Order: sequence, then structure tokens, then C-alpha cells
Amino acid sequence: MTSTQPERRRRSLSLAHREALWAYIFLAIPIVFYGFIRFWPALQSFYLSLFTWHIDPAQRTFVGLGYYRELLENPVFHQALRNTFQYAVITVPASMALGLGIALMLQAVARGRSAFRAIYFAPYITPAVAVAWVWGWMYNYNYGIINTLLIEWYVFLERFGLERLAIDPQRFLTDPNLALFSVAVVVIWQQLGFQVVIFLAGLQGIPRIYYEAARIDGATPWDLFRHVTLPLLNPVIVFSVVITTINALQLFDQIVNINFTDQGGPLNRTLSIALYMYQEAFGRARLGYAAAVTVVLFAIILVVTLIQLRLTQRRVEY
Amino acid sequence: MKHLVRTILVAAVAALGVAQAQVTITYWQYDFGARIDAMSQLIERFNAENPDVIVVQENAGPYASYKERVAAALAAGEGPDVVQLFYGWAGAWERAGYVEPLPAEHFDEAWIQSYFIPMVESVKIDGEYYGLPTAVRALALFYNKDHFREVGLDPENPPATWDAFVDAAKALTIQRGPRFERVGFGIAPNGQDHHLVRTVLTNQLGTPPYSADNTEVLYGNEIGAEALAFYTSLQTEHEVGVTEFVPGANGYREGFINLESISMIIDGSFAIGNVRTNAEFDWGVAELPTFDNGVQSNFGSFWMNGLTANAYASPEKLEAASRFIKFVTSEASMELWLDVVGELPAARTLVADPELTTDPVFGAFIAGLAYAEATQFVDEGAQRSAMVDAINRVLLEGADPLDSILQAAAEDQALLDAANTP
Repeated sequence: MTSTQPERRRRSLSLAHREALWAYIFLAIPIVFYGFIRFWPALQSFYLSLFTWHIDPAQRTFVGLGYYRELLENPVFHQALRNTFQYAVITVPASMALGLGIALMLQAVARGRSAFRAIYFAPYITPAVAVAWVWGWMYNYNYGIINTLLIEWYVFLERFGLERLAIDPQRFLTDPNLALFSVAVVVIWQQLGFQVVIFLAGLQGIPRIYYEAARIDGATPWDLFRHVTLPLLNPVIVFSVVITTINALQLFDQIVNINFTDQGGPLNRTLSIALYMYQEAFGRARLGYAAAVTVVLFAIILVVTLIQLRLTQRRVEY
Repeated sequence: MKHLVRTILVAAVAALGVAQAQVTITYWQYDFGARIDAMSQLIERFNAENPDVIVVQENAGPYASYKERVAAALAAGEGPDVVQLFYGWAGAWERAGYVEPLPAEHFDEAWIQSYFIPMVESVKIDGEYYGLPTAVRALALFYNKDHFREVGLDPENPPATWDAFVDAAKALTIQRGPRFERVGFGIAPNGQDHHLVRTVLTNQLGTPPYSADNTEVLYGNEIGAEALAFYTSLQTEHEVGVTEFVPGANGYREGFINLESISMIIDGSFAIGNVRTNAEFDWGVAELPTFDNGVQSNFGSFWMNGLTANAYASPEKLEAASRFIKFVTSEASMELWLDVVGELPAARTLVADPELTTDPVFGAFIAGLAYAEATQFVDEGAQRSAMVDAINRVLLEGADPLDSILQAAAEDQALLDAANTP
């Protein structure tokens, strides 16, 4: 008899516990799965990067941080690193600015908004391989439509004696100084739809009353944008910066499939870290060295993301 | 799908019909219609003749992802026992343990040297062979006879010297404003042209690209520079072609076959099938031109059948896998491969067959094979990049050919050194 009281209490406590327990069990399944297919291989790749590669683990030679030292000295890796940062620095701000601009315009139109949104979103869901191939042809010096237009433009201007205003046809993908920029344009074009949709959702989440109140106070359109729209869009901007930057740092498909004299070429001017890693791993069967590249890429993405979160994630002031 | 069904059928028939079947051998090659067909037929024959072995061909995916699949499967202890690999990969694959040497007890060195044409020696690493080919390929000049007629060139008299080649290419090229309507020559540094510069032109000008023991790069000098300068002059000085004229890795071939906007290409015998099937014009094949000194040279290469560590699982398996490699490299198999895939046989006797040497298409390649050399790559991907970059520095950045070839030779030498230090 004396023992029933505490026992009942324990039972009533355990009900809440049990619910939490079930929640943990359900949460644990994806975590175990994710840990097994994501975190465990990530740790393994660090381990791999300390050895020369051989399919028989017994025949791998320990090289310690030797591959990391090689990375420090390898000019091709440095080129890939510079290129990758260039891709990020060009594509992230450009796709975000354009995306926000288009989203603001779409916000302003009442009719056909969803049709426009679908059109802008289409490139994002088009496979990168197909996109790269089509752009490869459009950029081509001899057959590409862009150069055809430039030549037609020249012919048009010539009639008025204004040839000075013409632009020469360009070797978009084989000119070492243009190639990276040409790929970046493709990436921006493809990212744009994602940005538009994200910003549009963000804009629609801003309550109208703030705009109305500000207008009554005599705010100009620029004031509205600067002091209402931008601060309230901050969470969306943070999300977008982080996601687009990570995408840019992992750039691979577009570079492999848009056609150059060689992948990552010409002269490694479009080579990204991810492509470099792939070439070393499978082209040259140097998986240990390639693993070191992935570890460095992981560290870069982690650091860049943390810095971005630090800089952009402020509390929103109303 | 057809191949898959056939493979399953073969496996099923073999499994049901042959009760005493003991050893199963898995075979991998990349997915290419004619090659899979030919191998399926060979496997069918082999399985019928060897009731104690079942060979199964598995679909290893397209060429673009073949290396990854092999690497991933072998690392997991799965995948093929007998694997097809490009001869140039032998060095990198041997270091990674993807391919093991052919066992000397089943493959007699004297037999290999007397039976196969000499280029097979290029896959010997530390005295051991890492594979044997069913077929080999060489380079030749493909040209559009209709274009030749159109500009008044004799279609039955293709250029035999590089001077004549340049003249013909100039006549064939049609410019339209700043662009080309048609180019005389399909420039493709990353296609076969890096072999053309590294192996063919340097040899023709008097130096082999590498020392006989493959420890030293020999093209880092005026001769190498002359080879590079001649090749790049086709674009920079003579303007008979341009890189990326047609986009795509095989753009030069598509431009020749499909668009008919390229009059001449230098390509391997593996392109014959594609040209035959798809070219809707009169075309011809000729031996590679030479300089005035008349020295001939050609680049030979091949895909070969090698053994993975899986094949070494037991002596029975090793014996069965070895027997299978001998079977697919027999004269009968080479003849079947020639019929189905259109690739040249690798046996000395077959290469001398008058039916082949006088063939209007195969003849030029067979003639080239006689003096072809297969570069002994230690790290094919990186060595190719070194030469492609050397070409591109001149074509795209206006670099001096000597500076550019010296840089490539230094990069190449570093790769040889790395491979030669244990």
C-alpha cells in the first residue's frame, strides 16, 4: 500500500517522458541514417587523406599531412581555389541582386505573376548538363547565336557608319580571360529562378501595414525599400547567401559539361575545386590526395558559412 | 537492354545446363553497343567451349563514369575479375591496385612477344604485363572526297607531306567574315592531336618523345618546339582550322561526319564505324603525312583485358580468368572483333593479312600500325594535360612554342620521376 503513491507519480511522469522518448526514437532514425551515409564518410575521407591510395588497405602507405603540404605548393590547386572564389564572388551577388530586382517587379504586377515566376524558375529545374550544352553552342564562335547577333549588329551599324559602336565576336569559352566569366553567366542564369522564388515568398511575407504606415509618414519608394523591405527580408537574404555560396563553392556540373578544349580548361582557367578533386580521384586514381582536397573544401565551406552567418544574422528591428 | 537480356540468358543457360560449373568470372567493359555485342558473342562461345567456367558480362555504365565505377566496386571488394582498360591507364591503375599483373605461369613472355605486335610491350611495368588487347588502333587522315573535288584537288591523291596537307587545307577552308564556313582541318588538341604533337611530329622530326627506359622526357628541346610550332601554325599562321570550331569533346569528328564543315581530321581507327554509318558523302582514309625527310610515325593505342585482385581469389579462378583472356585475344576472337567493332587485330599474323593491308579503309591504318608507337604513359590524364596546355598556351595566349614545350616537358618529367620513385 505504501508504495503505490510514489509509483503512481513515477508513472505520471513517465508519460511525458515516454512521449519525448518516442520523439527521440523517431528523430534518431534519420540521424543514424544521415550519420552513416554523410558524417561517417566525411570522417573517413579525412582518414583516407593521410594515406596513399590502394584498394587493399594493407598496401596504403601513411603519408601524414604530406598531401596537405602538396596542396600548399600545387599551382593547379591554387588556380582551382582562385577560380572557385571568383565563381562565388561573381555569381552570388549578381544572382541575388537580379533575383531581388525581378522579384520586386513581379510583386508589382498583378496579372500573370505565377506565369512569370514559372518562366524564371524553369532554368533552375533544368538539368545542369542540358543547360551547359545549350550554352556551349550559344557561346560558340562559329555557330553560336551570340556571335551571330554581334556580327548582325556590326552589319547594321555599318550602314550608318557607326562601326565604332560594334563589339567584335568573342571566343567566350576558349579565351582564357573570358572563359570563367562565361561560365559564371550560365550559373547566374540558372540560379536566378531560385532567387526569384525565395525573394517573392519573402516579400509576400512582409505585412502591408508597414508600407501603409510609412507612406502616411511621407516615405519615398526608396525609403520603403531601404527601411522596410530590406530589413524585413533579412532572414531570406541570409538563407539565400548561405545556400548560393555553398552551391558556388561546389560548382561542378556546368564546368564539366560546357565544352572547352578540355574539362576545366582552357589552361585550367575554369577549373573548380570540386572538378579538380574529381580529376585527381578518378582520372589519376589518387584518392588519398583527392580526399585531402575534399577536406580542405569542407573546411573552406564551413568557415565561409560561419562568417556569413556572423555578418548577416542580426536581429530584425521593427 | 538487349545486352542485358542476352547476358542474363547466357548466365541462366550456362547455370542450368552445366551442372559441374565451378568458377564464375565477371567481365566489365564500358557500355558501347558494338563492343558489348562482340564481347557477348565471344563469351557465348567461350562458355560453350569451357563448361567448367561461366563468364558473365556486367553492364559497367557509359565511358564517362567507367573509371569511377571500377574504382568504387573494387574498393568494396566487388566488381570484375577481368576488366577492360585503356592501356594508358595501366600505370595509375597499377599504383592504385585496380589491375594486377598477368600471372607468368599462364602467360609466357616469349609467346606474348611473338604473337602480339610490339606495341603491347608498352604495358609492361617492372617486367610484368598488365593486360593484353583483342584489338589495337592507329591514327590516319580522314578526308572528304566531295570537298576535294569541289576545290579541284584530286580525291584519289590525298596529301602525303605536311606541305601538301597545308596547301590542301588552305584550299578547302572557306572564310565568311570573321568566322569559318568550312575549315580544312579539324583541330582538336584534346582529341588525338596531343598524340600527334608528342609522338608523331617529334618522331618525324628526329627525336623520340621519351627515352627507351621511359625515365626521361626527350621532347623538351628545339625539335619538340618545332613540332609544336608546326601544329599550332595550322591555326595561327595558315588559318585552316580553329579549336572548338564545333563544340563538344568529339566536335572535330561531328564537324567532319555530320555537319560536313570540316574537310580533314586526324583520328583513330575507332572512328571508322561512326564515319561508315553516318557520313553521307564520299570519304577516304590516308596514312599520316610526313615532313620532307619522309620519316613516318604513328601513334598506336589499345584497350586491353586485365586482371583485378578479385581474379586472384583462388588458383582456380586465376586459371579460369587467364584462360578467358587467352580466348578473347585468340586470332578467331580478333577476327570477330574486327567484323563487329571494326577495330584492327593485335596479332602479328593478322596484321600482315593481305585482305586487310589492301583494304581501302583499313589499309591506311594497318600501314600506320607497322611503324606506330604506343606512348608508355605513367599517368595518362596528367601527361595529356601537360601537352594540351602546351598547345593551348601557344594557340590562346600567344606563348613562344619553345617556352611552352619546355614547360610541358618539365611537368611531364616530374610525372615520370614521381612514377619511377618507389
